[in-house]
Amino acid sequence: MSKRTVEFELATPGLDAQGRPARIPLGVAAGSAVAAASAEPELGGDHLLLNIGPQHPATHGVLRLVVELDGEVVVRCIPHVGYLHSGFEKLGEYRHYNQIIPLTDRTDYLSPMSNNVGLALAVEKLLGLEITERCKVLRVIACEMSRIISHLVWMGTTGIDIGAFTPFLWMFYERERIYNLQEAWTGARLTTSLTRVGGMMADVPDGFVEALRTFCKNFPKTLAEVDRVLTRNGIWCARTQGIGALTAEEAINYSLSGPMLRASGVPYDVRKDRPYLDYETYDFEVPVGEHGDVYDRYLVRFEELVQATRILEQALDRLPDGPLNVDDPKVILPPKSAAMTDMEAMIFHFKQVMEGVQAPVGEAYFPIENGKGELGYYFVSDGTAKPVRWRIRPPSFINLAALPKMAEGGLIADLIAINASVDIVMGEVDR
Amino acid sequence: MTPDIKGFLLAATVKIVVVFSVWMIAIMLATWLERRGSAFMQDRLGPNRVGPAGLLQPVADGLKNFLKEETWPKWVDQPLFLLAPLMSFIPSLITFAVIPFAAPLPGFDFTLPLLGRFTYQGPIPMVVADLPIGLLFILAISSLAVYGIVLAGWSSASKYSMLGGIRSSAQMISYEIALGLSVITVFILSGNVTLSEVVAAQQRTVWFVLALTVAFVLFLVSAFAETNRLPFDLPEAEAELVTGYHTEYSAMKFSMFYVAEYAAILTMSALIATLFFGGWDIPFTRWDEGPPSVARCAATLLAFGTKTGFFLLFYIWVRWTLPRFRFDQLMELGWKVMLPVALGYITVIGLVVWGAERVGVALAPVLIGLNLVATAGLLWGLDRGRLLAGARARRAA
Repeated sequence: MSKRTVEFELATPGLDAQGRPARIPLGVAAGSAVAAASAEPELGGDHLLLNIGPQHPATHGVLRLVVELDGEVVVRCIPHVGYLHSGFEKLGEYRHYNQIIPLTDRTDYLSPMSNNVGLALAVEKLLGLEITERCKVLRVIACEMSRIISHLVWMGTTGIDIGAFTPFLWMFYERERIYNLQEAWTGARLTTSLTRVGGMMADVPDGFVEALRTFCKNFPKTLAEVDRVLTRNGIWCARTQGIGALTAEEAINYSLSGPMLRASGVPYDVRKDRPYLDYETYDFEVPVGEHGDVYDRYLVRFEELVQATRILEQALDRLPDGPLNVDDPKVILPPKSAAMTDMEAMIFHFKQVMEGVQAPVGEAYFPIENGKGELGYYFVSDGTAKPVRWRIRPPSFINLAALPKMAEGGLIADLIAINASVDIVMGEVDR
Repeated sequence: MTPDIKGFLLAATVKIVVVFSVWMIAIMLATWLERRGSAFMQDRLGPNRVGPAGLLQPVADGLKNFLKEETWPKWVDQPLFLLAPLMSFIPSLITFAVIPFAAPLPGFDFTLPLLGRFTYQGPIPMVVADLPIGLLFILAISSLAVYGIVLAGWSSASKYSMLGGIRSSAQMISYEIALGLSVITVFILSGNVTLSEVVAAQQRTVWFVLALTVAFVLFLVSAFAETNRLPFDLPEAEAELVTGYHTEYSAMKFSMFYVAEYAAILTMSALIATLFFGGWDIPFTRWDEGPPSVARCAATLLAFGTKTGFFLLFYIWVRWTLPRFRFDQLMELGWKVMLPVALGYITVIGLVVWGAERVGVALAPVLIGLNLVATAGLLWGLDRGRLLAGARARRAA
């Protein structure tokens, strides 16, 4: 189905036949004080080549879009990624499984806790490990908290991109409340490193459950305010409806996932279709859009915030007592007090710290429904404590691939709105 | 020099100096008010460290911009690059010169040692220059502001600035037409283009906001577009054009643009108050129309300040509430909605005024009734999704 062919040479930062840069950036032609004549490609005099990013308020990080404009109409749009490449996947090959968890904090840094959960689930699948009930519910809480903060940032920044600044700060207030809870739980606001293989880094602190309940009670009020300001706002509708529309076929062909896919009318949600953490036992709806445009993506994410709050309430209701971590000293570190007094515990502690969790030979892929789409972690293990290959399926990178298709032919203002609607986070796109 | 000329010069000089300084302070307060107002809407505090309630923040900002480095990017057209901020700043200041801001003061007659006698016969009008062509002068001068922005966009040698400049020239010229046409109805009712006469006409009858509601709405919307404020801030659309025409500006040159924006807002607020809300008229009383006195002048000045302040707050309120239009929607609104409505409204008002004179009925009740209907119709017609392209495309899809 995907027959869209690339009809132009990807010239930036291409090399010519002699291996020299085909284009010289404006103003750096050797020794010349004026812009080199060859600095821009032949655009026939009508078109303008505009470089949006990597430093630009609306590119959500360091995305760079090279846009050819005819007036204000985007004739073509070439996204350039890689400005935030950190080599996480390669770094993972030199780390024990538990040591990879801090790396996942920094990929999709807008929802670190659910990244941690996804990684732990993938390793546990590799190990064939069954986690405890309390751990499952706490991980659901972590995932849904992450979904909320991820969508909050999306909604706020999209509002800014379309010119509505005020909802941004309302959203950030709520996000701040979740961050405070995150900090109380993990000690960190951003680099949470919440999970461990077979369990969690820590149980929730005293008062956490009540605080989260309070949040769940107050959060819908803020959402209702944003609903009043945006959902039926004439300008907001005019700016988002019918913009960047993708049909269900196109969305599937572009391998989209998450709200991007669901806005196009495909009811695919990993939580429903490949349940993990007992998501099938929770009562929640998967919102699906109709037109696949920016407005539907907004509506889908908006409804997901409501549903995430519902899931959080249910999870808090059912949070069981009992052990948090699996009872397997080869996976879970013994408590420090035991390691100092008990011979056996000390040996396990030493083995864990020095050698890490040993995984059997094999491979495992585990997808979870992250705020931005299907986040998958893939491991290949050769039987040692470090993966031979670690691969992330980054939802926002894959969603971003549809950007030129959606933006070309629209106005430059639409390009900004569409780019915002993809909900990219460059840490994940570039990894 | 005769005492008369000396008195005139004295009055004019004092007026110019006082109005200019008060205006500049008002601009500073406007920037403060914007920041505090937006903070209030966003559950923040806003500037609150410099001076009481952060009132001195604009001074600190001004000082900071004074001390900052003036950057001259390569390839800028230097004379135009310097001229542009001035061009956008000065028109909004000049415009205010013709706006009457209070009831007249009584004349004076006194003698100073060495300088001699100063006299001023009759009331001193509280306007810097009560030009006979008042409103036309405003229209002429405010058109100049667009040059500042276009030149800034052009001379910056930056693509973002250029796009912003092009956008603003299209936008401001389009909305200038609607702005000009919407005030024609004011001329029809007041029978004069002098602003003090416009105020007097409203004192005699009703405020024109009641008699010319549709014109008021058109003027208000055009005023937003003219001052490049959200939802019409496309020339500086931060998310798209990285603040557009003043991307390349820094230090005092940037400050000029910044101040110019608020000066334009204040002038437009004052103009709305004058044209449609009776200027310095105090409603529900005829006391303010009595013989000139200092008390009357002060009270009417307060009334004028209140009205202007209200519209300033309105500007701020709207800016922090609404998203931004897209360029084609903006032009569509300007040319396909505002312009026809303005033209139709002139015709209707003209016919009604002519007809009422012929039939001999009181004009004000007829106009108020007519405007209730027309405004309801306009708002219904402008209802979300009916006239804007995005919703239509969606329905078709």
